[in-house]
Amino acid sequence: MAAVSRVLTSEWTKIRSVRSTVWTLGIALVVTVALGALICLLASNDFGTMSPRDRIAFDPTNISFAGMGLGQLAMIVFGVLVVSNEYSTGMIRTSLAAVPQRGTFLFGKVAVAALLALVVSFVTAFLSFFVGQAMLGTHAASLGDPGVLRAVVGGGLYMTLIAVFSMGVATMLRSPMPALGILMPFFFLISNILGNVSATEKIGWYLPDQAGHKVMQVVAPAGDEVPYGPWGGFAIMLAWTVAALLCGYLLLKRRDA
Amino acid sequence: MSAAPEMRGHRPPLSVLYMIEIEGLTKRYGDKLAVDGLTFTVRPGIVTGFLGPNGAGKSTTMRMMLDLDHPTSGRVRIDGRHYRQLPTPLKHLGALLDAKAVHGGRSAFNHLLCLAQSNGIPRARVHEVLDTVGLTGVAGKRSSGFSLGMGQRLGIAAALLGDPEILMFDEPVNGLDPEGIHWIRNLMKGLAAQGRTVFVSSHLMSEMALTAEHLVVIGQGRLLADTSMARFIRENSRAYVRMRSPERERLLDVLRDAGHPAAPAGEAVEIDGVSAADLGELAARHRIVLHELSPQQASLEEAFMQLTAGSVEYHAHSAEPRPAAPEDGLPDAPPPPGAPGTPGASGTPGTPEAPPPDTPPGGGWGAGWRDQKRGS
Repeated sequence: MAAVSRVLTSEWTKIRSVRSTVWTLGIALVVTVALGALICLLASNDFGTMSPRDRIAFDPTNISFAGMGLGQLAMIVFGVLVVSNEYSTGMIRTSLAAVPQRGTFLFGKVAVAALLALVVSFVTAFLSFFVGQAMLGTHAASLGDPGVLRAVVGGGLYMTLIAVFSMGVATMLRSPMPALGILMPFFFLISNILGNVSATEKIGWYLPDQAGHKVMQVVAPAGDEVPYGPWGGFAIMLAWTVAALLCGYLLLKRRDA
Repeated sequence: MSAAPEMRGHRPPLSVLYMIEIEGLTKRYGDKLAVDGLTFTVRPGIVTGFLGPNGAGKSTTMRMMLDLDHPTSGRVRIDGRHYRQLPTPLKHLGALLDAKAVHGGRSAFNHLLCLAQSNGIPRARVHEVLDTVGLTGVAGKRSSGFSLGMGQRLGIAAALLGDPEILMFDEPVNGLDPEGIHWIRNLMKGLAAQGRTVFVSSHLMSEMALTAEHLVVIGQGRLLADTSMARFIRENSRAYVRMRSPERERLLDVLRDAGHPAAPAGEAVEIDGVSAADLGELAARHRIVLHELSPQQASLEEAFMQLTAGSVEYHAHSAEPRPAAPEDGLPDAPPPPGAPGTPGASGTPGTPEAPPPDTPPGGGWGAGWRDQKRGS
């Protein structure tokens, strides 16, 4: 275990000593909280004009996470850069010469980055929730309401897994450009399109981000037919993340550095 | 026949400590053999030069030594173990492969610190190596702003970090200014003098001649020579006598009758292994007019090019074949440095028996060597 703790210390030094860490995580937090607050403010003003159907389906918790759609992109950049920085700079050879055990290296790196992402994601989720509820005024939910705490915790976990999934994909692809070029449009556009077109809706249910969103909902949207619950959705996302990491690990192990 | 087998009997049992042992190392990229059955051992206490033209497979070999690239077959052992089995590899082997292989956004100190931590090396050692390479003043600066020379020093600091007994440098003087080159040469010699194993690659014979005591020469991925520098110089810096005469045909006859096969070289004639004095007297006895009688010495660089040019050019030049390569095509490792010189062909740079299978366009490396020499 000594080897593992050495790698964790080393990876912590790596991650804290580059600027991209602060930038990406900072943007993820600020964008998510600020955009969520703005949308909550707009929703609060529009509440009076909403149809009764919309009012029943109104989910004050989930709407305070509305900024996550954009904020998660910064999380993706964080996850991708943590891994692909090694490749784009050539540092990977120096790193693997120092830690030739591929598994210890990769999972040590992912563990440190995931832990950091987890902390930032939880701060982001709770901050988004409280700021958002403040904006919603009388329509606000309380942390003590049924399902609300689970949704906020879920929001933190969701953002963390987005980052970790990105690390797995970046390990597979090595270079930052293809990794970002696939992940960003996928999570920002393609996944939403697939989920909103009736023909592909069912495929959309099983995509990592759509499945993961479920854990952040307190009130199910009208006409929701999704065949899994909040944690079921989270489990699907977790499975995607584990699969991405395992593929990344197997490739790292087989490939020449 | 090679004398190597009997030599082996005299050799003391080998300790594997501080050694790099390479056995049948092969790397294939598609249908191209980048490294072809390399077998050699790098020993402590001396600088071993790893020489070969660009693209000969030096860097690939070094990457396989560090377990960065997976060999197609064969193996490398560091201190008797596979690199991946070393719990803290930086304490066994320090390597400078590519000085630019650092994250430019990270400070020199943090770059070294993360490497140190991964191998349980104390933080104080980071300050020490920064001091050794003279980067203390810029330790807090991001390495993206470093000059080539500073980057090289940072790479060397990383190699020295674990105070390893084995050090490996890939083309360390490339692109450095004279002062930097001088510094690196002295550093390598100093490390070897401390009893460490120093393995350094270069594509320049002249560079190796200044630093290395032992030479491993490869070409097209194959081992061409594994010999001490002194022996390499002795055997490869070909001394010959150049003779020119208006009666060239008669001179050739006389030389042949005297048992000195000569190689015609343009208008002149080149003779190996006979002194200029003897040849002059021979000519005088036969009353042949000479326009030139001059002892010649091929430079090491020429010897290297000749060696790596492959057997075609090699044999076309000297009528008397050189001592033949050992039958397996791979010369046996020479005795450890300091061992008494052994007679025979042991350790002789093995000239490949067959011409290179796929000679690149233009006749391949060194093909123009003879022509250039003649023209000059």
